[in-house]
Amino acid sequence: MANTISLRCRECSRDYPIEPLNVCEFCFGPLEVVYDYDAINASTSRDKIASGPRSMWRYADFLPADYNPVTDINAGFTPLIRSRNLAEELGLKELYIKNDSVNPSYSFKDRVVSVASAKALEFGFDTIACASTGNLAGAVSAHAARSGMKAYVFIPSDLEAGKVLTAAIYGATIVSVDGSYDVVNRLCSELADKYRWAFVNINVRPFYADGSKTLGYEVAEQLGWQAPVHAVAPAASGAMFTKIWKGLNEFADAGLIDTPVNTHMHLAQAEGCSPIASAYLDDRFIIKPVKPDSVAKSLAIGNPADGYYALKTIEASGGSAVVVEENEVSEGVKLLARTEGIFTEGAGGVAISALKKLTQSGTIKPNDQTVVYITGNGLKTVELVQDVVHPLLIEPTVDAFEAAVDTKVS
Amino acid sequence: MRRVRLTYLDHMIRQPVIYQMGKDFDVVTNIRRADIQENIAWVILELEGDEIEIDNALEWASSLGVRVDPALGDLVEG
Repeated sequence: MANTISLRCRECSRDYPIEPLNVCEFCFGPLEVVYDYDAINASTSRDKIASGPRSMWRYADFLPADYNPVTDINAGFTPLIRSRNLAEELGLKELYIKNDSVNPSYSFKDRVVSVASAKALEFGFDTIACASTGNLAGAVSAHAARSGMKAYVFIPSDLEAGKVLTAAIYGATIVSVDGSYDVVNRLCSELADKYRWAFVNINVRPFYADGSKTLGYEVAEQLGWQAPVHAVAPAASGAMFTKIWKGLNEFADAGLIDTPVNTHMHLAQAEGCSPIASAYLDDRFIIKPVKPDSVAKSLAIGNPADGYYALKTIEASGGSAVVVEENEVSEGVKLLARTEGIFTEGAGGVAISALKKLTQSGTIKPNDQTVVYITGNGLKTVELVQDVVHPLLIEPTVDAFEAAVDTKVS
Repeated sequence: MRRVRLTYLDHMIRQPVIYQMGKDFDVVTNIRRADIQENIAWVILELEGDEIEIDNALEWASSLGVRVDPALGDLVEG
């Protein structure tokens, strides 16, 4: 049994039973899972975790759903890579790249959906759904294929069908809604009320979101049971960012790493959609929603549900937020690919460019142990960096080749 | 019933938008949560009434410069 007690409103602290609920009926605050930390701390240990499955489910004691092999597609436990070339280029001595772009459906969304789909089956749902323009759609659809659940993915009609090919391939029903993002938002909210489905980021959101805690646990374990000095992560809704911090702190409270956690959490957004980072830079805790216009499509959430909590995480951790210019998104993608052989999507480019700014400003110092989170794969958004393709066109002769590359083998 | 998040900037904070909404449109308004600061404010508002009337009321608020968003945040994720 999962070590959970209840759901609790993050604003007024009212408790609710463990059910598919996400909002407090009294104050309309978001609900969060409350865990039985005495039970968790009594049952967990470094040895137990280290001998667990090589997936995010090695941290099952800390998750709000029981492990279910029916839904598991082996999400998580992705590589933490010690950077050599990028670190040198940025002047950092100890930089690590958390490469979550190699999850089964190629983004960190497998973590949240892994928990959401296991919980959905526990609740007795036979259908899982989401509104997504990319990564979430793929993760939901892949988990549905594995578990035998039906899947519905809602997209705005102006989105090219090819964008959700990586969801359609798994057999999900793709529903193209005639209208803008706002219209899709509203429709999904209505559908979630009407149908008994597990809408991953609506009625099972408290469970879904906690899947991202594993990004904190894993980094701590992979660093030899310690938290980094700095963590740099991209943000859309802000949920993942807050859960990395929560994961690190739960590990500290359980005695698995030193307490207190001294990690500085740095949030990265692109200029075309930076409601959280802009609030930080304006020194306010009220998010001003924006209409997204960014090439970092997977971060394009103009009205971020967890923006306020992400700002509180920055404050609590002594971190910061960075806005990168739109042209720096693809530059970051190229920099990571060129230096480390990792091809990420726009969100990763945002994180890398933010990391660069943080080192240039001296916020991250050369000796500070730093982790940058790469959350999605570049193969899904190749159009972002199409300009790197400049093939040498030659006649099929050795001379032509050597003339083209300006080299001679002596 | 619909729940929305209204965001007010600067001068709009001093305007009785929700009161006026209830007078000019056939909707029942109910503030569930709010945070009002000097230069920016948000309100989670419940509206009851005919769907078209709610649409009209929110469109009117938008036309004044109040931003209207889903109360749950954006559900369409990347």
